[in-house]
Amino acid sequence: MAKLLDKQRYKCALGAMQSVQAIERALPVLHSGPGCAQKLSDTNGSSGYFSPNIFPCTSINEKDVVFGGVKKLHSTIDNALKVVDADLYVVLTGCIPEIVGDDTGEVVSEFADSDKPVIYAPTAGFKGNNYKGHEQVVDAIIDQYLKKSDEKEKGLVNIWADVPYQDLFWLGNIRELEKLVASLGLTPNTIFGYKRGIKNIDKITKAEFNLLVSPWVGLGSMKKMEKKFNIPFLHYKTLPIGATETSKFLREVGKFAGVDNEKIESVIKENEDYYYYLIERYADLFLENRVINKQFTVVADAQYALGITKFLVNDLGLIPAKQFVVDDTPSKYREDIKKEFENLNFNIKAEASFETDGYKIHEEIKNHDYHGYPLVLGGYYEKEVTESLKGNFINISWPVQDKVVLDSHYAGYSGGIRLIEDIYTVAVQRFN
Amino acid sequence: MPFNFNNSNVATRENRIGSITGYVGTLKDLAEKSQCGTLKGCSRCFSQSSTCLSTCGLSQLAAIRDVAVIHHGPAGCSVASSGSYYMSRVMAKKRGVTSSTVYVGTDMNENDTIFGSTKQLREIILEVNKRYSPKAIFVSSSCATGIIGEDIDSIVDDVKSEIDVPIVAVHCEGFKSRIWATGFDISDHAVVSSIVQPPREGVKSNKINFKNFFESARPEIIEMFKKFDLEPVFLYCNSTVEELSHLSESLATTCICGTLGNYIGNALEEKYNVPYVRSINQCGIVGFETWLREIGKVTGRSDKIEKYIEEQRAIYLPQIEEVKKELQGHTAVLGMGPGYTFEVSRVLDELGIKVVWALAWHYDKKYENGDVPPSMKYLLDNDIDFEASVADQQNYEVMNILKKYNPDMYLSRHPGSTVWAIKNGTPAIYVADEYMIFGYKHTLEFARSILDAINNRSFEENLAKRTKLPYTDWWYKQNVDAFLEEAN
Repeated sequence: MAKLLDKQRYKCALGAMQSVQAIERALPVLHSGPGCAQKLSDTNGSSGYFSPNIFPCTSINEKDVVFGGVKKLHSTIDNALKVVDADLYVVLTGCIPEIVGDDTGEVVSEFADSDKPVIYAPTAGFKGNNYKGHEQVVDAIIDQYLKKSDEKEKGLVNIWADVPYQDLFWLGNIRELEKLVASLGLTPNTIFGYKRGIKNIDKITKAEFNLLVSPWVGLGSMKKMEKKFNIPFLHYKTLPIGATETSKFLREVGKFAGVDNEKIESVIKENEDYYYYLIERYADLFLENRVINKQFTVVADAQYALGITKFLVNDLGLIPAKQFVVDDTPSKYREDIKKEFENLNFNIKAEASFETDGYKIHEEIKNHDYHGYPLVLGGYYEKEVTESLKGNFINISWPVQDKVVLDSHYAGYSGGIRLIEDIYTVAVQRFN
Repeated sequence: MPFNFNNSNVATRENRIGSITGYVGTLKDLAEKSQCGTLKGCSRCFSQSSTCLSTCGLSQLAAIRDVAVIHHGPAGCSVASSGSYYMSRVMAKKRGVTSSTVYVGTDMNENDTIFGSTKQLREIILEVNKRYSPKAIFVSSSCATGIIGEDIDSIVDDVKSEIDVPIVAVHCEGFKSRIWATGFDISDHAVVSSIVQPPREGVKSNKINFKNFFESARPEIIEMFKKFDLEPVFLYCNSTVEELSHLSESLATTCICGTLGNYIGNALEEKYNVPYVRSINQCGIVGFETWLREIGKVTGRSDKIEKYIEEQRAIYLPQIEEVKKELQGHTAVLGMGPGYTFEVSRVLDELGIKVVWALAWHYDKKYENGDVPPSMKYLLDNDIDFEASVADQQNYEVMNILKKYNPDMYLSRHPGSTVWAIKNGTPAIYVADEYMIFGYKHTLEFARSILDAINNRSFEENLAKRTKLPYTDWWYKQNVDAFLEEAN
C-alpha cells in the first residue's frame, strides 16, 4: 500500500542496475522509461567501464505503452550486443513493461544462442526497493546462468554482502571480508568489484559454502542456491566492525568451515594486538574530549544500524539510544534482527525501530534525552536535525553528500579504526 | 500559441513546437528544413539512457522555497527527492536564507497498481500539509500512476477545500515525451496556472523576471541591473511563492537558456502582457550585447545600457583579443541541450575555435511564438555552418564522432558526458554552470579555461592510456546515423 515516503532512503527495484554495474563487464540493459538510469545513479563511483548514461535503454514512449515494447526491446538487446563490449548482458525491466504486459522473458530467450550470455531480472519499481532488486539480480544469475557443479574446490567460500552503491563502502567492505576469510586459510570468491566478474561467477557453484554477511539482504538467494546447487550457507547477520565483532566473526566462520581453532585464535591475536596498539594510543582522545557523549543513534539500513550499534556498544562502550532501520526490511525478518539489537555486552539492549518515515525519526531524535550532545550516524537528512541539537553527525548511509569514498571500508578490524577516525574527525573540529 | 491554464496537462514539445531528437546533417540543412517546415525527426532502434522529464520538472519546482512536492509513484521516481533536499539546503545557505521545501514520494507497490491508491494519496497530501505548512503543494504523477489511470486531478480538486494554499496537479509521466525539457514547461505551467496572480492595481515595478538554474551570478547581475534601474527576480531556485505570485507585474521576462525559459516567457507575455526578451543568449560578446540591447529596447533603458557596454568593452575586449590569439585554429566538438549548443557554437566561432561537429540533445523547430530559435537564426544570418546532429544524449554517437574527428576539445553540459571524452583522450570542458560564458568577464574566463584545459592534457592521457573504451570496433566503423530510422 502506498505510504508517505518522507526523506526516502532507498530506490526502487530497478536500482539493482547498480548491482549489475558492480559486476565488472556486466551491462544493464534497461527496458524502461528514458530517465530511470539517470535518476537511479549517484556520482559515487559511477563512471567506470560502463556508466548509467550509456546503459542501453528502450526509452519507452507513449506508443510503446499502447502497443507494447517488445520489438524495441529486441532491437535494443540485439544492437547492444553489437555496439557494447560486455561479458554479461542483464536486461532489467522497469514499471511500464510489467504493467502493460510485455513478455520480457520471451524476448530474452531469443538470445539464448548469442555469443555472450543475456539474462533478465524483473525489477519493476513497484515490486519493491533496490534491496529487493539486488536479490532479483543475484537470483537471475542463479536461475538463468549458473549450472550445477559436481566438482568442488576445497576451501572455496562465496561471500555475499550488502548492496553495491547503496552501501557507500561496498567495495572496501567486500575486499576486507575477503581478506578476513583468506586469513583463515580459506579461498574467498566474490563477484563484485575489480577483477572479479564473470570468471568468479563461473566459480560460484564450486564453492563449499556461501557466506552471507547481512541481516537479511540476499537470504532468499542463499536458500535458492542451497536448494538448487546443494551449497550450504552460513548466515552471519552482523557486518563485523571493530575488534570485538570481527573476532566473533572469524571464530564463527572458522568453526563453520572447520578451520583449526589454534589457527583462528592466532589470526585474531595478531589483529587484536595491532588494533589495541592504536586504541591505546588514542584512548585519551576518546575519554577526554568535551563533545562526544555516550548516547548515540544510527539511522541506516539494517546492515549498518546493526553493525555500528554493536561496534559502538561492544567495542567503544557507548550506550544506544533508539536505532532506526530504514531499508523497509520485510516483516518476516524483523523479529530476528530485533533480537540481534538486544544481544549486546552487559545485557544492554538497543531498541530498534523499523521506520521509513524520516519525519517521525527526526521527531524521536529531537525528543530523546541524549544526556548531552547526541552522536548521530545516518543519512544526509540527519545533518540538519543533529546540528540543531548541537550534536555530532557522521554521514554513513544513503543519501550521502558529506563524504567521498573510493575504497575505504568499515568492515573488519581496520574498518573499525576508519569509523573511529571519521567520528573523531568530527569531534576534534569542535570545542565546548 | 494559445496557452490553456484551465487544464493541468501540457502538450509535449514534440506536439506543441515540433521538437525532434534524431537528425544527422548540417546546421544549415537543419535550419532551412525547420524554416520551410519539412524537418522530420528520426527515432532510434538502439538507444542508451537519457533523462526523465520529471527530473527537470520537479527539480525546478522543488527549488522554490517552502513548498511541497508530492511524487505519486514507486520509490525510484521520487528518488530525486534526496538530491532536491540537499540542493534546497545548500542553495538556501549560500544565499543566507532558509528553505523548508519538502519533496516526498508515495512508495507505490504492486497492490497499488491493481487497486489504485488515491485514498492514500489524499491522506498523504493532508499529512504533508499538516507537517510542513508549505506555501504551495505540487502533486505529480509518474509512469505507473499515469498508465493505471490514477486521477490526480480529482484528488487535488477534492482536497482544495481543506488546504488554504495553492495546490496543483503536475503531469510527469516519463514516457510521454522524448524531450526532458518538456519537464521545464510542465513546471512553468504549474507555476503560471496556480501561483502567479494578476498584477495588483497601481503597483509600479522595475523588476525583470530572470529564469535561470542556480543563480550563481546573482550578485553581479543585481549589481549590473542596478545601473539600469532594474531589479532581477531569479526563478526558481530560492524563489518564494510570494515573489512568484507577482511575476505578472514585472517589466519583462528574460532567461539564461531558451530551452528553459521559453514557456514561461511566452506564457507571461500572452496572459499578462509581460514582454519576453527574445534574443540570442548572454554567452559571448555578441550574445551579451545583443541581449542587453534587447532589454534596453523592451524596458526603455537603451541609453544606460549603451554606456555600460562602452565601459565594459574597454576593460575586457583587449584581454579577450589577447587570449584569442592562442585559441585560434583549435577544433571543437560540443554536445549540449539546444538552448546552449547553438549559442556556445557561436561563442567558439567568436573565439576563433573551429566547430567541427555540434550535437544538440534535442531540437525545437520553433518556439512558442512560432519563430525559429534566435540562436539558429543568428548562425544562419552570419553564414556559419558545420556538421550537426540531434542526438538525445546518445553517448555512442558522441564517441563515434570524437574518434573520427579527433578534435582538440569536447564541450558538454550534462552529467556523465565529459568522462567519456577524456577516456578517448580528448580534453573536455564541462560547461555546467549556466553563467560560465556570461558576459564579458565570464567569456574571458571561459576562453582562459579552454586554454588551461588544452594546455595540460596529463589527466586525459593518463586515463586514456590505461582504460579500454566499451564500444566495439564494429561500432566505430559505422556511420553515426546507423541506428536512426524514420520516426513512426
